[in-house]
Amino acid sequence: MSGLVWIFVSAMFVSNFTLAMFLGLCAFLGVSGKIATALRMGAADTFVLVLTSLAVWFLNKFVLAEAPYLRVIAFIVVIAGLVQIVEMIIKKASPTLFRELGIYLPLITTNCAVLGLAMIQTNKGYTLGEGVAFALGGGAGLTLALVLMASIREEVELADVPEFARGVGLVFIIAGSLSLAFMGFAGLFSAA
Amino acid sequence: MSATARDDLIRGVWRENPVLVTTLGLCPTLAVTNTVANCVAMGLATFFVLVASCYLVALVAKWIPGEIRITAFVLIIATFVTVADMAIEALAPDVHKALGAFIALIVVNCIILGRQEAFASKNPVLNSVADAAGAGIGFMVTMLMMGTVREVIGNGTLLGHRVLPASYEPWVVMMLPPGGFLTLGTILLLIKWKKVRKPAVADAPAPAAAASGAVSGGSAA
Repeated sequence: MSGLVWIFVSAMFVSNFTLAMFLGLCAFLGVSGKIATALRMGAADTFVLVLTSLAVWFLNKFVLAEAPYLRVIAFIVVIAGLVQIVEMIIKKASPTLFRELGIYLPLITTNCAVLGLAMIQTNKGYTLGEGVAFALGGGAGLTLALVLMASIREEVELADVPEFARGVGLVFIIAGSLSLAFMGFAGLFSAA
Repeated sequence: MSATARDDLIRGVWRENPVLVTTLGLCPTLAVTNTVANCVAMGLATFFVLVASCYLVALVAKWIPGEIRITAFVLIIATFVTVADMAIEALAPDVHKALGAFIALIVVNCIILGRQEAFASKNPVLNSVADAAGAGIGFMVTMLMMGTVREVIGNGTLLGHRVLPASYEPWVVMMLPPGGFLTLGTILLLIKWKKVRKPAVADAPAPAAAASGAVSGGSAA
């Protein structure tokens, strides 16, 4: 059990998908303008991550053991299918959210966090439970990074920033500072 | 090579640089640029996948129905990524290990899908290959810029050779994740800064003022 907790904590803070492993940056830059949207995007991401983790475990166990060279192709097809389903569900359940997420919802398919999770889970040989813990931790970490970023950006909107610094360059500098802060969590493990 | 194909090639390298201008393909740009050697390997692999898959897409695009084109494009990309992945694993196992999951992640590099959707699916083969090669070179140039800055400042070496004196205390942080964000952020800020300054310099009535503007702009770059 403590193994699962460590995988969760490690995925959330120490090797945070966005700030330490650079996965899912497009969405990170695209939908981190408002806290509410960021939260929902994080939730949608986490949902897809968990589904992917389950699907990847199943694929690895029953299909890909025979044909490991098909890994990348099989994963991407499954992910594309899953995202399509999630998209249909959200469109039906919450049209407002569907509009807010816009292009970034189908783009979860090409969100490297999802494929990255699939590859890392396979490389590390996680079991079903470990995979889900990893996906939940990764999703939580991603949401945390999105919300932190959105909170800072909402404030920056009101600040008197020089003209040349408005836009994506500044966002990267902020992300760098956040990433520096998250490096502090690396100490969690040497202590353990 | 016809004039338009040459335009398609050149456009992607700088004016529409995929990373710096359209901010696509950021994940590998930040993740594997901690040493120049990694940048070269990643740049070449991405270049290969980009050109090969755009070539194939341009060839078969007219037979792919619109509804399933994205899926078809992604499958084509995934096939070439698998080829690249196996080739790197066979030729350079060390590099394969250093790049880790990021070779497989070329599949989800938005530059590739972006070029296919925006260009290769609607243009002749020659132009598509030129366009893909341009974007690939643009990507590589940006990677090398990042890699050089990060390796020299973060480790005092270039391609493993020491370039700064031994007394230089390396900023290790530049090799670590935050360094990626900070380096790219700084490059983007510099570009934006020059862009914002340019019209001001052009409007300046006195030649002396224009000259001083150009000098300070140049020293910053």
